[in-house]
Amino acid sequence: MKSRTAATPFALWMGIFTVVPMAIVVWFAFTDETGAFTMANIAQIWQYAGTYVDSIWMGALATVICLVLAYPVALSISRKSENMQRTMVMIVMLPMWMNFLLRTYAWMSLLENNGLINQFLRWLGVIGADASLEMINTDGAIVLGMVYNFLPFMILPLYSVMAKLDNRVIEAAQDLGSNNWQVFRRVILPLSAPGIVSGVTMVFVPAVSTFVISKLLGGSKYMMIGDVIETMFVGDGCNYNVGAALSLVLMVLMLLCMSMMRKVDNGEDELGGMMA
Amino acid sequence: MKLLSKIYNGIIFAFLYAPIVVLIVYSFNDSKHRVKWGGFTLDWYKELFHNELIMEALWLTLQIAVLAAVISTIIGTMAAVGIYSMNGRLRNLMMGVNNIPMVNPEIVTGISMMLMFVAIYRATGFLRPGFLTLLLAHITFCIPYVVLQVMPKLRQMNKHMYEAALDLGCRPVPAFFKVVLPEIMPGVITGALMAFTMSLDDFVISYFNSGASAQNLSVTIYSMTKKPITPEINALSTLMFGTVLLLLIIVNIRQVRDLNKQKERR
Repeated sequence: MKSRTAATPFALWMGIFTVVPMAIVVWFAFTDETGAFTMANIAQIWQYAGTYVDSIWMGALATVICLVLAYPVALSISRKSENMQRTMVMIVMLPMWMNFLLRTYAWMSLLENNGLINQFLRWLGVIGADASLEMINTDGAIVLGMVYNFLPFMILPLYSVMAKLDNRVIEAAQDLGSNNWQVFRRVILPLSAPGIVSGVTMVFVPAVSTFVISKLLGGSKYMMIGDVIETMFVGDGCNYNVGAALSLVLMVLMLLCMSMMRKVDNGEDELGGMMA
Repeated sequence: MKLLSKIYNGIIFAFLYAPIVVLIVYSFNDSKHRVKWGGFTLDWYKELFHNELIMEALWLTLQIAVLAAVISTIIGTMAAVGIYSMNGRLRNLMMGVNNIPMVNPEIVTGISMMLMFVAIYRATGFLRPGFLTLLLAHITFCIPYVVLQVMPKLRQMNKHMYEAALDLGCRPVPAFFKVVLPEIMPGVITGALMAFTMSLDDFVISYFNSGASAQNLSVTIYSMTKKPITPEINALSTLMFGTVLLLLIIVNIRQVRDLNKQKERR
């Protein structure tokens, strides 16, 4: 018996529950309700071009903010003692164990017009007693929600790459006369590139396709592409075929991300290291 | 510089924990209002246990999480062992397939399975959206996490140990259980724990695959957020958070102890 046969259940399972469903999405995207071939669904995608652009823009913004915020944290964690690293990684991961919807819901209490932040600002006297800073139901609130929810997904892959970074390489660069900026620019940054790529993928993909954050924090006036897809599958006005076509675009986006990831790393366990 | 980085980390951690603190504090709030403080109370904890909707959803969530974790751990561990012994192309293909649910937008994973289940249901009357579809979907997105946790442990393992066991007359399957499994056990356990927590917390995929009869906690919470939420749910999440915190601390202490033991042995 060869041990590779142990992967048979896996191959069957993933075939039936990931590969076949993907094919079904493609099939739905190119057919109408009767099952006949049509390009009408694909043609409808253009109606939503604006929504795609908005979603990609907000997702990209959130990703950049996450990267900028996460990089120093990941770097400083990776330079600590082993026990300290373990504790700090746990502190970063812990919020993810609180229900994601509830955490986002809690931001509503913080951001709304009579929310905690506005109450605090009033108490400080920064704003008048009846005034309130408009925060909830704005683009900014959605981006904040994304940054908040996906920040750990940026910190952890960055950290896991940086933790493997050999201190002696940094010391060598310093010995050879590099200043702090040069050490960062020429040694740390290039060596952490795989972490950046997997972090960016892990934040950007869920951020672009989210439909809960925009609903809870953006109010009803903001529609992201995830919201549009959701309405195509749930409720009265649903249309599986158009929904499938819209999802197809997201799938292509995912494939682009995957091929980018593979280019940087050989695509085996860049995600695996993050929780170890 | 050191102080600066400490302050910076402090701010980031405060940002990560601010909403959680809000949730916990307001679970003791003696007012139905979301942001007004009406004094300390434990009423929400009492009412939580009498709220059938939440209790049923919690029970279902736990059932799904345990089943999904166990099944995905078995399939995933076997898969890691199998894939590890594959070469080049086949291995890349398998890892590629394994990566699909991880890189795919959750909403796409969710609707793709939903479309398949709906198609099967329409054609055969079997697989009505409910407990079973929810479980199948959860197992599917949990498997990759297990594979990715077990894989590195296999790579760290000394290959010759398994061969030695075979040379000494052990059959492959007992050799796996006696030699390989103990070595990769930390990865298997982490994988199982990850699968469990992923399942526990999942919303998007559950939302599309649960149907009206089998709503897990996240889906229930989502339907509740459309109206003003009652603080019972804050109480529940505080309890769950406390449980996870406790578990993590125990696991962490155990890991540190193991590490120290290993150091002593050297």
